[in-house]
Amino acid sequence: MSAHSHIDGQLPHEPEKATLEGRNKVLGFWLFLGGETVLFGTLFAAFLALRDQVGEGNPTANELFQLPIVAIATFILLTSSLTSVFAIQALHRNHVKPMIVWLIVTVALGAGFLGLEIYEFYHYVHEGHGFTTSAFSSSFYTLVGFHGAHVAFGVAWISILIAQTLRKGLNLVTAPKLYVAGLYWHFIDVVWVFIFTVVYLMGKVG
Amino acid sequence: MAHAHAVKRYSGLMDWLTTVDHKKIGILYLIAGGFFFLIGGLEAILIRIQLWQPLNDFISETTYNELLTMHGTTMIFLAAMPILFALMNAIVPLQIGARDVAFPFLNALGFWTFFFGGLLLNISWFVGSVPDAGWTSYLPLASPTYSDGHGVDFYVIGLQIAGIGTLIGGINFLVTIINMRAPGMSFMRMPMFTWAIFITSALILFAFPALTVGLAALMFDRLFAANFFEVGNGGNAVLWEHIFWIFGHPEVYILILPAFGVISEVISTFSRKRLFGYSSMVFATVLIGFLGFMVWAHHMFTTGLGPVANALFSIATMLIAVPTGIKIFNWLFTMWGGSIRFTAANLFGIGFIPTFVMGGVTGVMLAAAPADYQYHDSYFVVAHFHYVIVGGLVLGIFAGLHYWWPKMFGRMLNEGLGKLTFWTFYIGFHLTFFVQHFLGLLGMPRRIYTYQDNLGFNNMNLISTIGAILMGVGTIIFLVNIVVTAMRPKDAPNDPWEDGRTLEWTISSPAPEYNFAQTPLVRGYDAYWKEKMDGNSGMTPAEPIGPIHMPSPSILPLFMSIGLFIAGFGFMFSNYIIGAVGLLVTFGCMFLRSIIDDHGFHIEPEELEDKGVKA
Ligand code: HEM
Ligand SMILES: [Cu+2]
Repeated sequence: MSAHSHIDGQLPHEPEKATLEGRNKVLGFWLFLGGETVLFGTLFAAFLALRDQVGEGNPTANELFQLPIVAIATFILLTSSLTSVFAIQALHRNHVKPMIVWLIVTVALGAGFLGLEIYEFYHYVHEGHGFTTSAFSSSFYTLVGFHGAHVAFGVAWISILIAQTLRKGLNLVTAPKLYVAGLYWHFIDVVWVFIFTVVYLMGKVG
Repeated sequence: MAHAHAVKRYSGLMDWLTTVDHKKIGILYLIAGGFFFLIGGLEAILIRIQLWQPLNDFISETTYNELLTMHGTTMIFLAAMPILFALMNAIVPLQIGARDVAFPFLNALGFWTFFFGGLLLNISWFVGSVPDAGWTSYLPLASPTYSDGHGVDFYVIGLQIAGIGTLIGGINFLVTIINMRAPGMSFMRMPMFTWAIFITSALILFAFPALTVGLAALMFDRLFAANFFEVGNGGNAVLWEHIFWIFGHPEVYILILPAFGVISEVISTFSRKRLFGYSSMVFATVLIGFLGFMVWAHHMFTTGLGPVANALFSIATMLIAVPTGIKIFNWLFTMWGGSIRFTAANLFGIGFIPTFVMGGVTGVMLAAAPADYQYHDSYFVVAHFHYVIVGGLVLGIFAGLHYWWPKMFGRMLNEGLGKLTFWTFYIGFHLTFFVQHFLGLLGMPRRIYTYQDNLGFNNMNLISTIGAILMGVGTIIFLVNIVVTAMRPKDAPNDPWEDGRTLEWTISSPAPEYNFAQTPLVRGYDAYWKEKMDGNSGMTPAEPIGPIHMPSPSILPLFMSIGLFIAGFGFMFSNYIIGAVGLLVTFGCMFLRSIIDDHGFHIEPEELEDKGVKA
């Protein structure tokens, strides 16, 4: 019934769903991601409505974006999704060490992605593409920046969870937290795939 | 001895500040929402006093705009929704036979963010720059160019903070209803009120994030000189209208569906009959929730979206009348042949039906796009939405409060005063708003602070103002009733109406902290009624008596919300240090919540005797 019955014994196969608290957390988090989908959907809609409003004399999407660096960022983030899958697999096998290692790799990749994004933004501002330049620029920074803020939050969150797991071990309380953090990480990856397509690729093409 | 965690349990004020008990949180929502309802009502009365005669100068045009904006915003976000949250917190877990909600901590957080968001919004009155661009905050009126000063900033940031709380509440109730129903309580055995809250919560989940984005974009425009809606820099003012109404139309169903749920319970109980057409009722609720997302542009017929878009949205809107009509007929057939008791709660329930139908009829009239060119922005619209909001939602709230008051507080409201509330409020309501249909058709625009003499508006405006004062009187009678009731002994039995059909009436009034000493076994729709009909005195328990696990109280939700509140002010006045401090408080509390495990505590079987929430 509560989180206590299993704590010292063997962890069940899917420890994140072994307690009612865990099941609630997982379901609640899926629903939260549903809400997040609407959030990003609205941001995408605003971006699509405003992306052509570049304004007189400002750099266009085509002039600004350099696909190689964005491709690298994409590659890094997608890889981090894979490593987070490895971490969750390790969790299901109750292998704490490899799980921690994979989580650290995930966090490191996330931080790398953020570094690239900061560099990219810095570069754009230098090119005359500031937050207040045009409707295009405001909606661009808001959409991509919201995503970046999500990555940053995820990096901080997973780091805290790593520290917790090191102290408390893997149990019926920590397992659901780690599991939903994994869901979160996949979600921001998927959002990035859309950003890559809608913002960058479409920006290059038309 | 693995379970003996010593948990500090508070009493008095600290108890209320740290509670994670859904019943107490429901009471907090009721107090705070009721308080904002009085403020919004006072604003309405001031508006009506200004309009009672032509060329009146009771208040200035600026003050009028502020009152108008704050009235609408307060009533929708800070009064109506929180009072609905009060009912859902107080009742839904009991109706599904659950000991608690899925996320008690988040539940408290939801309340406190709503409260501090509302507080922030209303502090604008003391700062002296009040939102004045209407509750819809259309652009370019709400842009920094045309609304300088901090008025609209209060709107943007206050609603953003309050919106977090609403979203949390939505997720919490979705999970609670999906995961925590008692054994045997299948979806198609859930009481209609629970169904309504279920769909409402889904609407909240999918509608509020759009508002979040809209408010963020407007905030960026106002505070950080972004260009979302700045037409001069390529922004698009119509984009705001889309975002606002993609949220806004589902929002009106977020408001009315719970009222539908209340009415279904009240009418069925006091007709002593099973709700007619239960499955079609469920189906209609789901359909309304779904269609609610397809019709937002009916608020924008005159924006110039073109005939094709207007035609499509027009038809989609009219479609909603079908499931709504199903509901109306089901209520009528529930009463048909029932042995109806005209309690105060049921008066509100029955009074709801014709009033809401009138609002629905004008809704269909407005949905005809060509005709809407005539009605739009006139008092006809004001009449329409007050018929659905006050005549629908507020009557539903009154019905629910009279009905469930004993379950929330352990005392029955005085029936005589309740009936008096009904008649004054009901007559006042129709006096206020019926004539406004005709004012609108005669051409009186909404959102004007005064009007010329000799336009034929005078008498109807006078009648409208008299009606508003009568509604005020009705509300005061209700407050008197609360006070009178609070002074009487707390003696309500489990099933004070004697015709209770659902699980909340099987336990003491008010419910004990743990709700059900033993989780009940549900054997059919109207679970309690079924046991009564089978000659049983109560529910069959689904489990042996044992220790009950409870979550521990926490002060963190309060602090997290205070953090957001501080941060809101910081950003508004471009003091980023204060802004950062506020956010730090919030994130710091989140961090604490993450690293400190909450083991809760157990109530042992020997302690199960005690009485319920003290209120
Ligand atoms: C005491 C009863 C009430 C009275 C006398 C009243 C009166 C009014 C009046 C006179 C207006 C302004 C019309 C104009 O100049 O355009 C108004 C607007 C409005 N009212 Fe009420 N009202 C009452 C209750 C409510 C309630 C309970 C709600 C919501 C739950 C509500 C929601 C609104 C909204 C959304 C607006 C539009 C505000 C805007 O256009 O920005 N009202 N009301
Ligand atoms: Cu609408």
